[in-house]
Amino acid sequence: MANEVIFHSIHQPESWKLSSYLATGGYEMLKKVVTEKVPPEEIINQVKISALRGRGGAGFPTGLKWSFMPRHFQGDKYLVCNTDEGEPGTFKDRDIIRFNPHQLIEGMAIAAYTMGVKVGYNYIHGEIWEAYERFEEALEEARAAGFLGDNLFGTDFCFNLHAHQGYGAYVCGEETALLESIEGKKGQPRFKPPFPASFGLYGKPTTINNTETFASIPYIIRHGGQKFLELGKPNNGGTKIFSVSGHVNKPGNFEIGMGTPFAELLEMAGGVRSGHKLKAVIPGGSSVPVVPAEIMMDLTMDYDSIAKAGSMLGAGSVIVMDETVCMVKALERLSYFYFEESCGQCTPCREGTGWLYRVIHRIEHGQGRAEDLDLLANVTSNISGRTICALGDAAAMPVQGMLKHYRNEFEYHVEHKKCMV
Amino acid sequence: MLSPESLAKIDKEIAKYPAGQKQSAVMAALRIAQDELGWLSSDTLEFVAGYLGMAPVAVYEVASFYNMYELAPVGKYKITVCTNLSCTLMGADSISAHLKSRLGIGFGETTADGRFTLKEGECMGACGDGPLFLVNNKRMCGCLSSEKVDQILAELK
Repeated sequence: MANEVIFHSIHQPESWKLSSYLATGGYEMLKKVVTEKVPPEEIINQVKISALRGRGGAGFPTGLKWSFMPRHFQGDKYLVCNTDEGEPGTFKDRDIIRFNPHQLIEGMAIAAYTMGVKVGYNYIHGEIWEAYERFEEALEEARAAGFLGDNLFGTDFCFNLHAHQGYGAYVCGEETALLESIEGKKGQPRFKPPFPASFGLYGKPTTINNTETFASIPYIIRHGGQKFLELGKPNNGGTKIFSVSGHVNKPGNFEIGMGTPFAELLEMAGGVRSGHKLKAVIPGGSSVPVVPAEIMMDLTMDYDSIAKAGSMLGAGSVIVMDETVCMVKALERLSYFYFEESCGQCTPCREGTGWLYRVIHRIEHGQGRAEDLDLLANVTSNISGRTICALGDAAAMPVQGMLKHYRNEFEYHVEHKKCMV
Repeated sequence: MLSPESLAKIDKEIAKYPAGQKQSAVMAALRIAQDELGWLSSDTLEFVAGYLGMAPVAVYEVASFYNMYELAPVGKYKITVCTNLSCTLMGADSISAHLKSRLGIGFGETTADGRFTLKEGECMGACGDGPLFLVNNKRMCGCLSSEKVDQILAELK
């Protein structure tokens, strides 16, 4: 079932062209739901059956999210795709818009039909310009062929979709910061409630989903929610794209069924680089707690299994580390990232991320103090749950995970002023 | 201040958003202005503000918040190296060291001839291709080795 849902055509030449997508039955499902006037409730029901959960990291059930949208609201409503992929270790959405952009467009158009939306935006990470350009070209192709625009397929259904480029701010991956950014402001998250379903882009009802989430929709419509669910496991439906980076022989993206053993995924990525052995894995992007090798090798890749091990599947971003990695140095780099990317709005995050970085920096550089480990734990508990958005928690969790599993390395650094690795 | 080509590109961006929401085009307008002029001076920010009907301070807030905008002159080629965890595991430290020694500058510095600026960047969402860098916010060069870096530098005249 590898590459079943999204990367099915990835090995075709110019798989991103409209002609390639049409050759695999592309846009048939959009045409079907629009021309046959499939009731939106039926589509939402299939998405619920599929157990598709938000692929951006939070894992929120997509069908449920869609049902929050006030369908009969008469004013403007918006649909937004979050391709602002900046979490260290995450690089799947870039490949979706590089290799199969039309499936994303079709998924968004079906979502727009379902929720009665006429205008959508795809917010694309600033650093992937070539992918942004390719997506713009795909939009042009779809407009020219009558898959985007007004009165599609001769009906009264209209959907206009545009691309918006970010320009270097991790926090804009947070959905309300992303909305602020589309509005032409600095990307500072909004206090919730109100939630975007009632007060979103330009203050109008808005649904925001991740790229991979939308791109899964045409498959669910074609084959039914049950078939998608069966590609994965109960409550964790479908395939998922896992991005594997770090100390592996063949880093890259792998679309496999939810619930596939981690050991199999590691093998697909060519295994740990030659001559080395696995030390630890960050299974869901830099924000989630690290998992030691011996625990990780027994886990399956799905939301529930990784959560049981005290970490999170996140966006499926797997960072592999071998025995040469100093956990203090690794954490120092991650903590610098959150310090640099904190938007500065909430005091616990703005000040706390600076404290975390500076304390870990001094431990790494041989100036750690005996009380520093308790200080780190204290700072993380003063950030967690005390900020408007999840960036604060994202900064705290890697520190908590490292102290839980590798406290001895931090203690060694403090005591001996050097690394034990 | 900006060429007719740049203004046409900005107009195309404005058209993406609902009437009365020109401000939504500010990120693209600043990107287009920077592509033409190399960096964003306060005169450029004021021009963009006037063009979009925004307060200059609101434009400055955006330009100073997103880290791909340059508020001071940079070299003809800005090379931004990702040094985040995945790239570091995959060799970003040695690529950075090689760039620094080849160019004779550190992060945040520009060569005396004004040709290169070297910057340290955050995750670019392409970790599978690490180590990597971005040239002038546009061209991503991945799977780097010292030899590949030398080749790319030779192309950037």
